[in-house]
Amino acid sequence: MDWGTLQAVLGGVNKHSTSIGKIWLTVLFIFRIMILVVAAERVWGDEQHDFVCNTLQPGCKNVCYDHFFPISHIRLWALQLIFVSTPALLVAMHVAYTRHEKKRRFRNGEKIDIEELKNEKVHIRGPLWWTYTSSIFFRIVFEAVFMYVFYYMYDGYQMPRLVKCNASPCPNTVDCFVSRPTEKTTFTIFMLAVSGICMMLNLAELCYLLIKLCMKESRKTT
Amino acid sequence: MNWAGLYTVLSGVNRHSTAIGRIWLSVIFIFRIMVLVVAAESVWGDEKSAFTCNTQQPGCNSVCYDHFFPISHIRLWALQLILVTTPALLVAMHVAYQQHQEKKLLVLTGHGDPKHMEEVKKHKMRISGSLWWTYVCSVVFRLLFEAVFMYIFYMLYPGYQMVRLVKCEAYPCPNTVDCFISRPTEKTIFTVFMLVTSSICIILNMAELVYLVVRACARRGQHSSNPSSGKSSFYGHKLSSEYKQNEINQLLTEQDSSLKDMLRRNPGMQEKGDRCSAC
Repeated sequence: MDWGTLQAVLGGVNKHSTSIGKIWLTVLFIFRIMILVVAAERVWGDEQHDFVCNTLQPGCKNVCYDHFFPISHIRLWALQLIFVSTPALLVAMHVAYTRHEKKRRFRNGEKIDIEELKNEKVHIRGPLWWTYTSSIFFRIVFEAVFMYVFYYMYDGYQMPRLVKCNASPCPNTVDCFVSRPTEKTTFTIFMLAVSGICMMLNLAELCYLLIKLCMKESRKTT
Repeated sequence: MNWAGLYTVLSGVNRHSTAIGRIWLSVIFIFRIMVLVVAAESVWGDEKSAFTCNTQQPGCNSVCYDHFFPISHIRLWALQLILVTTPALLVAMHVAYQQHQEKKLLVLTGHGDPKHMEEVKKHKMRISGSLWWTYVCSVVFRLLFEAVFMYIFYMLYPGYQMVRLVKCEAYPCPNTVDCFISRPTEKTIFTVFMLVTSSICIILNMAELVYLVVRACARRGQHSSNPSSGKSSFYGHKLSSEYKQNEINQLLTEQDSSLKDMLRRNPGMQEKGDRCSAC
């Protein structure tokens, strides 16, 4: 089970999304997951191995690394991407449930073409509209929460070259040097920017759905 | 055979599960297996190479690591996930057996054409009769395995928190030696995360068990108040439109008892009410 399987699972959801939703999914897979897998993981690959402290004291390096990097950027991004993509499964479950109900009605005697049922696009209205809107809302919340967690843990997104550490068993204040800080800062800003774009796409999709609903309501009343 | 292979095998079972069962399967694959593969394995990747002891004594490092980490978290989680997902295969085997029986019946009643055979494969099995018992057993085993592994984790690593420093005095370490663990905070975060998802899965399994029992009792209540009602099976519906009930009964008396048992299990095709599958 890896990113490829997640892509297969979410690809199915794509069929029932709005156009903005499809763009969002593409941005997620190409500019975030793919960049994470092909580039970012290599940059962070030697993060602990090449984290060097100016001391021979055994254990000082481990402790200082743990103090300054409680959870690695790569893992945080992986968790963020998993959490942000899973609300789409709510929509997939709702669509599957709607189709199941239609099949039951067919079995009870109503005339519905089963093949057409599988291929027809489900319109986002009624309870599905609420499920879809909730999924977008949760996506926005998860994105915001993770961006805040990043900011809180790493004070401003920039990776410093040097950190000063005096956690036990380091004998005194010791200089520790981070591996590839500039490259890490570049990728952090890139992932942050794409995160921002995804959030804007989600907000735009939310507005689009609300406007579409209001227009439909006004057409009904006139 | 890897996690993707397991996913393929279990996706087939998904079709015959309840709604809660499907949610449980999604939680297992996305929040546990996927997090294990894409994140947790790299956190524990350097657990031995970056385990440092404050001594130059050869062998002390290895002995202390082995003393404090008899089995790595990653391997325990992998075992847990495999054992927890495999009871679903009991259900898959039972469904396959029932489908085989239905195909045999179709051939005997003259509907052995490929179209009907395909329909047997595609239609969703109702969780009733002996399949209900198999399904309930699989849910009970899942619960049992989850609980056992959570207990093992607690026994091996009391408190679930990964400490930064452990003091070791196993031979050949010369005296009490400080040993430092790699990435303890990140490991604690992932241990807590996996623990929380484990608990969510236990709750989902218990909910599914309660749902199955309540549904079976409700069905029994329906049958006892109205014995002639109840939905017919897929094949009762199909066959009765083309064959009269007495023709089927005649066929039944001519065939072996195993097929008779199979048909007796399908409500609506027999004269007596079905006995409750649970109560």
